[in-house]
Amino acid sequence: MRLHRVLLGTALAAATLLAVPLTASAADGIYVPLFSYRTGPFAGSGTPIVNGMADYLNMLNERDGGIGGVKIIVEECETGYDTKKGLECYEQVKSKNPVVMNPYSTGITLPLIPKAAIDKIPILSMAYGLSASADGNTFPWIFNPPATYWDGASMFIRYAGGKEGGLERLKGKKIGLVYLDAPYGKEPIPLLEALAKDYGFELKLYPVPAAEMQNQSSQWLNIRRDKPDWIYLQGFGAMNPTAVKEAAKINYPMDHLIGNWWAGNDDDARPAGDGAKGYLSLDFNQVGTNYKVIQDILKYVVDKGKSQTPKDRVGENLYNRGVLNSIIIAEGIRTAQKVSGKKQITGEDMRRGLETLNITEARLKEIGADGFAAPMKVACDDHNGHNAAYMAKWDGTKWTKGSDWIEPLKSKVRPLIESAAKDYAGANAGWPKRTEPCDKSS
Amino acid sequence: MHLIYQIFIDPFVQMGNAPDLLVQTLWEGLVAGVLYSLIALGFVLIFKASGVFNFAQGIMVVFAALTLVGFYEHGIPAYVALALTIAVMFGLAFAVERLMLRPLVNQPDIILFMATFGLTYFLIGFGELVFGGDPKVMIASQLGLPKGAVEFKMAGGFVSLQKIDIAAAIIASIMVAALAVFFQKTRVGRALRAVADSHKAALSVGISLEYIWVIVWFAAGLVALATGIMWGARSEVSFALEIIALKALPVLILGGFTSIPGAIIGGVIIGVGEKIGEFYWGPLLGSGIETWLAYVIALVFLLFRPQGLFGERIIERI
Amino acid sequence: MFYREVGQYKTNYSADMSVMPLLQDRVGIGIILFIAVVIIPYFGNAFLIQAIMIPFLVFSLAAIGLNLLTGYTGLLSLGTGAFMGVGAYACYKLTTYFPDVNILIWIVASGFFSAAVGVVFGLPSLRIKGFYLAVATLAAQFFLSWCFIRQPWFYNYNASGAIEVPTRTLFGIPITGATASDSTRYYVVLGIVVAMTWLASNLVHGRIGRMWMAVRDMDLAAELIGIRLLRTKLLAFAVSSFYCGVAGALLVFQWYGSAEPAVFDVNLSFFILFMVIIGGLGSLTGSYLGAALIFILPIVLRYIPPHLGIPIRPATVDHIQYMIIGALIVLFLIVEPNGLARLWQIGKQKLRVWPFPY
Repeated sequence: MRLHRVLLGTALAAATLLAVPLTASAADGIYVPLFSYRTGPFAGSGTPIVNGMADYLNMLNERDGGIGGVKIIVEECETGYDTKKGLECYEQVKSKNPVVMNPYSTGITLPLIPKAAIDKIPILSMAYGLSASADGNTFPWIFNPPATYWDGASMFIRYAGGKEGGLERLKGKKIGLVYLDAPYGKEPIPLLEALAKDYGFELKLYPVPAAEMQNQSSQWLNIRRDKPDWIYLQGFGAMNPTAVKEAAKINYPMDHLIGNWWAGNDDDARPAGDGAKGYLSLDFNQVGTNYKVIQDILKYVVDKGKSQTPKDRVGENLYNRGVLNSIIIAEGIRTAQKVSGKKQITGEDMRRGLETLNITEARLKEIGADGFAAPMKVACDDHNGHNAAYMAKWDGTKWTKGSDWIEPLKSKVRPLIESAAKDYAGANAGWPKRTEPCDKSS
Repeated sequence: MHLIYQIFIDPFVQMGNAPDLLVQTLWEGLVAGVLYSLIALGFVLIFKASGVFNFAQGIMVVFAALTLVGFYEHGIPAYVALALTIAVMFGLAFAVERLMLRPLVNQPDIILFMATFGLTYFLIGFGELVFGGDPKVMIASQLGLPKGAVEFKMAGGFVSLQKIDIAAAIIASIMVAALAVFFQKTRVGRALRAVADSHKAALSVGISLEYIWVIVWFAAGLVALATGIMWGARSEVSFALEIIALKALPVLILGGFTSIPGAIIGGVIIGVGEKIGEFYWGPLLGSGIETWLAYVIALVFLLFRPQGLFGERIIERI
Repeated sequence: MFYREVGQYKTNYSADMSVMPLLQDRVGIGIILFIAVVIIPYFGNAFLIQAIMIPFLVFSLAAIGLNLLTGYTGLLSLGTGAFMGVGAYACYKLTTYFPDVNILIWIVASGFFSAAVGVVFGLPSLRIKGFYLAVATLAAQFFLSWCFIRQPWFYNYNASGAIEVPTRTLFGIPITGATASDSTRYYVVLGIVVAMTWLASNLVHGRIGRMWMAVRDMDLAAELIGIRLLRTKLLAFAVSSFYCGVAGALLVFQWYGSAEPAVFDVNLSFFILFMVIIGGLGSLTGSYLGAALIFILPIVLRYIPPHLGIPIRPATVDHIQYMIIGALIVLFLIVEPNGLARLWQIGKQKLRVWPFPY
C-alpha cells in the first residue's frame, strides 16, 4: 500500500514536470530581473542590496507610475551566490525580454559576459564583475559604473600615500591585500602589482579560502608576522566581520585597515564592537535617510508595507548602494527611451541608453539624490567613467564621512584596462569586434 | 639546495627568531583544535550509540546557535533563552528518532548516512525560513562569557590569548570529562555502549532503543549548542558555519570514530598541525594549504593505523 | 500482460546471453532514444534544453562514473567534484595548447588525465576501507580544489582566475562558446553520454563488472578466488574518474561556457553522491533516475508556486524547496533504501504479471 502511494507520488511529480510552463508571457511593462541572494553564506551582504534595488524601482512605480509612463516589473531570482543557480536564473528570465541583467556576483557575471552580445541583453555590473569590461570597444554590452575594482585599489593607494605624506613615501613600505580566494577577490591584484612596481612598495597577499571565511586566524597571524603598513580588504559576506574582528584581536591600527566598497556593510563592522572604531571603507554613496529619495521610499513603499526591508535597515550603507544601482538602471531606461523614441524599450535600446548615461549634479538634485552620490558619465569607449569615491569611517555605531572624494589614478588604471581587454579578446578566439554604433550623449 | 633549506631549516629558524609568534600559533592551533573536537564530539556520540554518521551535526550547530539568538532577539532574557533552546534541541532529538531513525532500523550504514544528508537539507531550509539568512551576533556577553584578551609579553613580542578562547577550552574539557564519566559509570552510559555494539543484542537484553537514541541525539544537540555558542562568539552566527563541520572528519579519523578522548586529542593534533603547517610551510606552497593539510595528515595516519589512535580494531572475517 | 517474455524464443547462445533479452526492453530503449533525439530538440524550448536537459545529461554521466566506483565496487568516494574539475581543466589546457585539434577529441582525452589522477588518489584504497576511504578521497577533493585556485598554470595565468571557453567548430558549425546553439550542444552532449553509457553497460555486464561486484561483496573472498585486488580497485578508480572527467569537461564546455574553481568544490561531490544513492547503488538506470530527481525536481518545485498563482517570495520558495528535498530524501530512503532503480525494477516485475498480483 505504501509502495503504491510512493509510485503515485512519483507519477504526480512527473506529470507536473511536463506541465511546467517553460515559457512565460511577456507582460506589458519594462521587465527588470534582480538576481538576489537572501540565502547562503553571502546573504548578509546580499539582502540589503536587493532590498534597496527593489524598493527604489517599486517607489518609482508607486510615485510616478513607472518611467515615462511605463511600469517597471521587478522580479527577484534567488541565486544564493551560486553560479549554477545564476545560470539557471538567466535562462529562465531570458524568455521574458529583460532589458538589463543584474547578476550581482562576479562569479555569475563572468559566464554571462559572452552571452550578452548574443542574446542582446546588456549587463549592468555596477562596480563589480570583470574590471576589464570598462573598455566599451571590446565589451559593448557590459557596463560597470561608477568605478572598477582597479579604480578602488588605486584610490586606496592614493589615500595611503596621502596619509604617508606623498605617493613617493610609499617606497619600501609593505601593503597587504586580504582577499576572498575567488575571482572577485583576485580582481585588484594586477593593478596593485603594477603600482608596487611603480611606487616601490612591497605587496603581500593573504588569500582567504571561501570555506575558511569564518576561520581566518592563520591569515592574521601571518599579518602579525609581516606587519604590513596598510591593508586593503577585498572581502564579501561572512568574510568581512571575521576579518575586522581578527584585525581588532591582533591590535592592528584600524585606521590603516581599509575595506573596498563591498566591505562596508553595517554588519561587517558591528560584530567587532568597539575594536572596529576607525575602520575605513571605500564608498561611493552616502549613508543615512537624509535624502529625498530615501524619504520617498519610506513614504511610498516601506510604510505602505510593500517592501521586505525592516524600517530600521533603510538608509544603511549597502541598502543605499542598492538604491544607487537602481538609480543607474532607472536613468538608463530614461535615456534609452529618449534615444530610441520608444516607451517600451528592448535590450538593445537599453544598451544605447546605458552608453549615453550622463547623471549630472543637476539631475541628481532633480531626482532627490543631491549629494547622495558623485555624478557619473559613461562613454562609448569607457563604460565605467572611473569616478571618485570617499572613505567612510565607522565610529562604533554607524558610518560617517571619513574623507573627501578621492579620484582614482586614471593614468595608471586605463592603460591596464585596455591591455586586459585585449588579452581577454585574444584568449577567446572569435571574440566579435564591436559593430554597434556610438550614440552621441545627450 | 635552496629548496631543501627552505623546507627543513628555514621554518625552524623562523620559529626560533620569533618565539612569541610560535607560542601564538600554538595557542591558535590549540583553540582551533578544541573547536574542531567539539564538533567531532557530537559525531562520536551519535556514532558510538547508533552507528550513524551524523552528517547533520554541522547544521545542528548552526540551528542551535540561531535558535538561541532568535529567542534572545524576541526579548527573552539570555538564560531563559538558553533553557528554551535546550528544550528545542530535545524536541529535535525526539522528532529525529521518531521520524527518521525508527523507520530505518537495521538498514546499512550508508543509508542512515544518506538520511542525515536529508536531515541537513531539511534543517537548512527550515532554519533559513524561520530565522532568515542574515548573519547574527552571538549573545556571548549576555551569557556570561568573558570578553577581551589576556596579553602577556614574552621574548621581544607579545602573546594575546582571547578570554573567550580560554573559556571555550575549559568548557570543552569539562564536557569531555562529563561525557566520559557518563559513558563509563552510569547505567544509561552502559546501555549506550551496548547499543553501539549491536542493536539486536541490546534489544534482546531489554534496552529500549528508542529511549537510548533520543538521549544520545539530545546529548549531541547539547554539544552542538555549546559548539555553536563558542564558534558564534568567535566570528558570527551564519550558515557559513556549516561548512566547517567538514573539518571534523580528519579529527574523527585521527581519534577514532568511537572514542571521546580521541576526539579531543585528535582535534588538538589536527588544529596545531594545521596552523603550524600553514604558518611556517604554507608560503612555500602558495599559502592557503589549510584547506587540505588536515586531510593529508589524517590520510598519512590512516595508512599506518587504519582505525585511528583510539578506535577499535577492525577485524574482518570471511 | 505487457511485459511478458511469452512467445520470444532464443535460438542461439548469444541471443540468450544478451543484455536486453526482452523485445519490450529494446522497444522501450528505442522510444526513449527517439524522444531524446527527435522530440525534445524539436518541441522543446531553449529553457528546457539549456537549463534542464544538458545539465541532466552531464550529471547523469558523472553519476554513472560514481556509481561504477561506489555502487559496483563498493569504494565510497567523495572526490567526484575534483575529478570532474581535472577533466575540465585538462580539456581547457589541451585546447589552448593545440587549438586546431577537434574539441571532441580533447573532451574525450581529458578523461584520461582524470583517470590518471584518480588512480593516484585511489592508491590508499588498498589499505583503507569503507568510510575512511571517503575521507581519503576528500583529501583529493580539497587538494585539487586548492590547486585550481592557487596554481595559476591551470587557468593560464589570467587575472580573474576563471577559465573561459573558446569557440570551437565541428564541420564549420560552432559547438562550444557563446555562438553555439542550444541544439548543437545538446546533440554533442547526448551523443557522448549515450556512447559512454553503452560502454559502461558492456563493462558492468562483463568480466570486469563481475570482478568489481565481487570486490564489493567481500574483498577478502574475492582475493582468495584469484581476483587481483590492486588492479581491480585501481581500474575502478580509473574508469570512474574517466567518466567524471569527461562529465566535467562537458559541464564547462557545453553548459557553463566558463568556470571558476568554486564550481568543482565539495558540494558538487555531495550532489553527485546524492544522485547515486537515491537513484540506486549499482544500477545504470538508477544514475539517470537519481540525476533526474535530484537535479530536475528542485527546478520544478521552484516553478510550481508561480504556476499555481500563489504569491510567495523567491527566497521563501528556495527555503521550502530545501525542506521538501530533504524530506523527500529521507522518505525515499525509508520506503526504498535501494533507490529508485529498485522501484523501477519492482514496477517492471508488477507489469510482467499484471493484472495478477503475483
